[in-house]
Amino acid sequence: MAFFSRIESYKTGCHIEMNIQVNLTENDNKLKGDIHGEIDAHTAPVLREKLEAYQEQEGLNAELDLSGVDYMDSTGLGVFVAFYKSINAKGGHLKLTGLSSRLKRLFDITGLGDIMDIEAAVGKGGN
Amino acid sequence: MPQHIEAQYQEILNEYVKKQTEQNLYVGQNFSRQLILENISPEEVISMHKAAIRELYSDLPDVVWHSFDFLIEMMINYGLALQERQSLLKRQEELKVEMDLAANVQETLLKTKLPSLDGLDIGLLSIPAKKMNGDYIYFVSDYDGYAGVAVADVIGKGLPAALCMSMIKFGMDSLNSSHAMPKDVLSVINRIVEKSVDDSMFVSMFYANYDASAAKLTYGSAGHEPAILYRANTGGFDELEAKGLLLGVSPAAVYEEHSVTLGKGDMVIMMTDGVTEGRTEEGFIERDVIYELIEQKKDEPAQAIVQHVYDELERMQNAELQDDFTLVIYKKV
Repeated sequence: MAFFSRIESYKTGCHIEMNIQVNLTENDNKLKGDIHGEIDAHTAPVLREKLEAYQEQEGLNAELDLSGVDYMDSTGLGVFVAFYKSINAKGGHLKLTGLSSRLKRLFDITGLGDIMDIEAAVGKGGN
Repeated sequence: MPQHIEAQYQEILNEYVKKQTEQNLYVGQNFSRQLILENISPEEVISMHKAAIRELYSDLPDVVWHSFDFLIEMMINYGLALQERQSLLKRQEELKVEMDLAANVQETLLKTKLPSLDGLDIGLLSIPAKKMNGDYIYFVSDYDGYAGVAVADVIGKGLPAALCMSMIKFGMDSLNSSHAMPKDVLSVINRIVEKSVDDSMFVSMFYANYDASAAKLTYGSAGHEPAILYRANTGGFDELEAKGLLLGVSPAAVYEEHSVTLGKGDMVIMMTDGVTEGRTEEGFIERDVIYELIEQKKDEPAQAIVQHVYDELERMQNAELQDDFTLVIYKKV
């Protein structure tokens, strides 16, 4: 199930397209997913809505691959923290994988890297 | 339906039926605007039309009158939709007034007085990307040689973020001391925010306390963009790292604090991610670019430096900053 959202913005007269693609599949209380594109104030609502469908599930085991994420800002971070908090409260677990060095830094600065289960992308972790 | 409107309509209609000129049509168009202003519904217009036609041409066949009656019935729901639209417009106007009011309240709330301390030059710039600023800056100063500064970024925008900010402000006011240390300030605000804010809203905050007599800055961070330390004697830049979780995520979070002593010409640069997360067509604006901008103006007053950094970053991003921008510089002079 792929969802594609495209927001066009006009910057400097040229066309810059921002997009996000969220693929989620759930089987036997295990949620697997991968996210591609940019997660910012424009696209975060798309991701939030997709994740919210699963956050009330008891004992959900979720693993999201972020290796396709080129950019994420604090709004995107907020979506993951909200998801983390709600599935943790229901006895579940969230793991984020494939973090680029930029994303890893964002999690580390915010202190979330210490409490959330995150994994840097192989070969992309250092900086 | 006021009588004079009916009479006017009949006259305008009669003119047009006699002579279908642009001018006669134009009179009709203007009249319809007046009808809208008078809140005359579509079905009333048709029933007015029917009455006017009956006056002018009473011998028309019954089928014409029946068809008007049918058309009147058809228009009733359009009339209701129109009423709904009008009440929505009114409501939108009210909301806009409330929003402006909230922005004003926020502006009053955000007001903070720059501390005045011996040997410390302070520069400050905070520019919202939209009407409401998601960045918050607050100085705590008792004129006793100490000054606290909080730089916060509320993740989540608009009205909820503004409400969240007022909680931070009252948390800081309740501490009411320029001597309060960063780890205590951050712990107190964390508990306030954690209790009251919904799951997808968080705050990152940098808090620093400056002791003018010792030229010592003690700082802590709750998941905030690290401040930058500039050393005048080496010309080097360093990040002031301090571990600590975003405010509002966990009540158990503990915060570190560290100190640095400033020499003449040294600077501490505090900011929000609106400064560091800038993007141009070529990609991200790296921290080195910001270091370079500061270095270019390092001998100037702190306010001139923050203005220069803002102007240049804005120029690089074609005058279109995507996020709230807040930059504070403490410069030892």
